[in-house]
Amino acid sequence: MTMLLAVLSPFVLAFLAPALNRVLGDLTPWVLASLPALLFVFFAMMIGPIAEGEIMFATVSWVPSLGVDLAFMVDGLSVTFALLILGIGACVVLYAGGYLHGHPAIGRFFLSLLLFMGAMLGVVLADNLITLFIFWELTSFSSFLLIGFNHESQKSRDAAIQALVITGLGGLAMLGGLILMGRATGTWSISEILAAGDILRDHELYLPIFILVLCGAFTKSAQFPFHFWLPGAMQAPTPVSAYLHSATMVKAGVYLLARLNPALGGTDLWMMTLSIFGGITMLVGSIVSLMKTDMKLVLAGSTIMALGALVMLIGIGTDYALIAMGTFLVAHSLYKGALFMVAGSVDHEAGTREVPILGGLRKLMPITFAAAAIACLSMAGLPPFFGFIGKELIYEAVLGAEWLAALLVVLAVASSVMIFAVGGIVAVRPFFGPEHPDTPKHAHEAPLLMLVGPVLLAALSLVFGLLASPDGANLVDIYLLTPLATAIAGQPMETNLHLWHGFNLPLALTGVTIALGVLTYRTWDRTRAFWQALDPFIFAGCQKWFYEKPLAGLFAFADWLFRNIQSGNLRFYFMAIFGATMLGLAATIGVRMTPADFAFDMPDARFYEWMLCILIVVGALGAAQARNHLTAIITLGIMGYSIALLFVAFGAPDLAMTQFLVETLTVILVALVLIHLPQRVFSPRGISRARDLVLSGLFGAMMTLVMLAALRVDQDLFISEYYAANSVPKAYGTNIVNVILVDFRSVDTFGEIIVLAIAGIGVIAMLKYRARRDEDDDGTPAPPPDGEPATPPPDADADPPEGSAAAETTHPEDPRDPATDAARGEEDQADPSDAPTGEGDDATARVADAKGEDAVAESPDEQDEAEDGATAENTDAEMTADAEDPTGGTADNAPQDEPKATAKAEEAPATDDATGEEEKPS
Amino acid sequence: MEPLLAVVAGILFAIAAYLLTRRSIVKMVIGLVVLGNAANLTLFTMGGLTRGASAIIPYPETAPVGDYANPLPQALVLTAIVIGFGMLAFALVLAYRSWQELDTLDPDGMRVAEPIATEEDK
Repeated sequence: MTMLLAVLSPFVLAFLAPALNRVLGDLTPWVLASLPALLFVFFAMMIGPIAEGEIMFATVSWVPSLGVDLAFMVDGLSVTFALLILGIGACVVLYAGGYLHGHPAIGRFFLSLLLFMGAMLGVVLADNLITLFIFWELTSFSSFLLIGFNHESQKSRDAAIQALVITGLGGLAMLGGLILMGRATGTWSISEILAAGDILRDHELYLPIFILVLCGAFTKSAQFPFHFWLPGAMQAPTPVSAYLHSATMVKAGVYLLARLNPALGGTDLWMMTLSIFGGITMLVGSIVSLMKTDMKLVLAGSTIMALGALVMLIGIGTDYALIAMGTFLVAHSLYKGALFMVAGSVDHEAGTREVPILGGLRKLMPITFAAAAIACLSMAGLPPFFGFIGKELIYEAVLGAEWLAALLVVLAVASSVMIFAVGGIVAVRPFFGPEHPDTPKHAHEAPLLMLVGPVLLAALSLVFGLLASPDGANLVDIYLLTPLATAIAGQPMETNLHLWHGFNLPLALTGVTIALGVLTYRTWDRTRAFWQALDPFIFAGCQKWFYEKPLAGLFAFADWLFRNIQSGNLRFYFMAIFGATMLGLAATIGVRMTPADFAFDMPDARFYEWMLCILIVVGALGAAQARNHLTAIITLGIMGYSIALLFVAFGAPDLAMTQFLVETLTVILVALVLIHLPQRVFSPRGISRARDLVLSGLFGAMMTLVMLAALRVDQDLFISEYYAANSVPKAYGTNIVNVILVDFRSVDTFGEIIVLAIAGIGVIAMLKYRARRDEDDDGTPAPPPDGEPATPPPDADADPPEGSAAAETTHPEDPRDPATDAARGEEDQADPSDAPTGEGDDATARVADAKGEDAVAESPDEQDEAEDGATAENTDAEMTADAEDPTGGTADNAPQDEPKATAKAEEAPATDDATGEEEKPS
Repeated sequence: MEPLLAVVAGILFAIAAYLLTRRSIVKMVIGLVVLGNAANLTLFTMGGLTRGASAIIPYPETAPVGDYANPLPQALVLTAIVIGFGMLAFALVLAYRSWQELDTLDPDGMRVAEPIATEEDK
């Protein structure tokens, strides 16, 4: 329970942080840092028992049915990571307090930072695969928030998204691997899986598990070819870079590999893949660091190098390699955390991190310089610092590698040489020599908050080195490395670190490293161009091919899909629905049915039933073919009433009554509305019409086939029989259909009423909305020119067609899409808003359109215009074939129109041209 | 009788599908009416047809005597007819209003909500 509290407390504090910041002000960093410090002590007290071989467990049931528990385990590996996370975390919180002092969003920053701390702690303590994954994703998420902290900068956002995409995708792959692992071993508990290594390694799922887990680890730990996200992540504020992107989060992948080493490691595949990718990453990272001039980017490159080295060491897998891995892990976290903070301090005080324009800071920032110097000596691998022991062990490990030892030695020495030079670049160059004239600010020593972290971490680099120097089992061996190596190896290990190894091959390699390192550093200004020339191969190229290109492809695909699926073309949607339904049915029928299933028994229909069926079909066909609304209304009526009569014939009086009623209302309603709509109907062109005919014919045939097949299935009538038997006894009703509707299924009927009510409200809203607009329009003192009857006739309210006329006057203020105008092109030779002189005719023509003959009498001067309208109507009908070519339509139409209309068309050529162009894409 | 109505319903479905793919809202609304009737006819037919016998219990019996029509599909169809009418009313007013506001009955021309992407957008 204490353990659960310990893991969850950073989350709680995270969400309190913004409020605390408001209350405490400048004290906030100290208060917030006290939690990780406290937790540090809590975990440090476990070191004793762990050194004696104990492993601590704590489990809280979470989703027992799925085997997901909040299970935690503390062994040598977990506790080392936990102490790094908490110790460096406390330093970073203090440092951030100074670095972002006065920043308006510092509360949000602390929130994200503590969120990350809790998540990372969860990752390294989790003893359940699913719990591990959840915390793992939380670290990616909080990393996203922190990289994108300066969310107003496009670069920050891009970098944040890039990091999230890469680590998120890797995390998903890892989830797949973890689930497979859980299935292969039958448990979600990591400690049980570690004991089941033999089963896993021989399991047929070993290869997929291996690949998927590796995807997660490699993306998180920035291994080649995914290393490019890490320098990008340097967009984050420096405390974040120091914490997440050097000391902790990027080591989550290394942690995962080390944790699973007893379960998955030891195979040839594991050794080869890890040592090769680790070795390449190591080299690539160190070249990247020589390529850059920004202190943070230089350090980011060297972080990639370190991560590569750690992965390589796990891959080599010998005792020496695992001990080297543990030592280098701790050494790197200490010096790299310190160096990042130093880089941040330099940036903060001198205003730049560009090494070429820095110099002479030694005297201005003596304490920062001291920290930088110690950390860099450790990074360069010089005695008596801890980094020296780490580097010596790496050399011994690669020399003892079972596989490709020679290659790995070359890679390791080359990388160490470059990292030695990096030490010079970040700790010598900015601090020695004269002050550089281009430095933007005159530097001062950093504030106390920003000194605690680097000094403490740098000092530890020295302390650990000194503590490890006595021969025999020293403190570092007993309490740190032996438990750590034991946990990674999965079996008891003895470690014996010391500074002095005697004159041996590693020491000789160190000599070579120092000599070449000094040379590389001295020539850095001249050779930088050479390193930068490698950029397309090892950095920009990877980013392009593993991130930018696939992402661009994905966007292009999404765009293509969207344009084609979500085309905005209603008829296409219908065709897609019919087509898909048909294909689905056809596939099912093809797979599961035989022709016998569709046998068509000659119906025993009586004469009047045949007649009704024919009437139904004729009515529907007539409605489909109708050239004018009246025909459509009449034929629809024929179809509906015939169906009602069919209901009568087959014992459904209620249906017949309803159908008669609804059919009558339909005819009235349709008549009322259609009378206001123009007769014009687009006659489809040959190909599209034939295609639609074929498609709909096939659809109809498919429905018939389905019905025929369904009729062959024996019906189970037990629901109907239940209603029939209970209608009178339970509901006291003799009309079973009515009883079902108002009694047994009354809630459904209530739902139906609600649907109708909503439809009614919708109708009213649509009509009412227009009414309000009319009033507004009448109130606007913008009478249209040229004698348009702006004032409605006295009976305007009672006369629906007035709506059309009024709607016309709204055009000028209607912010309409050009595309709509385009589509309208054929109807209006000139939109009233575009061609003032023609407006009267045009608008009146439409009124006449809508009102028919009644409109003529309205006013004497509308009389001839109504005739215009009639003409326009006729020509409209002819124009329909040209619906897709409005310009052509206008041209054809103009000669047949009244002279006025022709003039109109000439006056507004621009409109037509514009619409013509816009029409083409459709 | 059922196979005959299956063919009739199939024809109605075909006509409805054809009408719904026309470039005119009016045709589409007519298609909607036909589609509704086709669906009702299908439901009614699939429940089994009983010539001349309704689902009404003669007084003073407490259960139907002899053949009776399947009441379940009738209840479903009754609901469907009414809902179909509500939808038709809505669709008609929508068509009417779109004619007023957009000056077109061509669904391809109604691009206010989903404008056609121009070269500039890309």
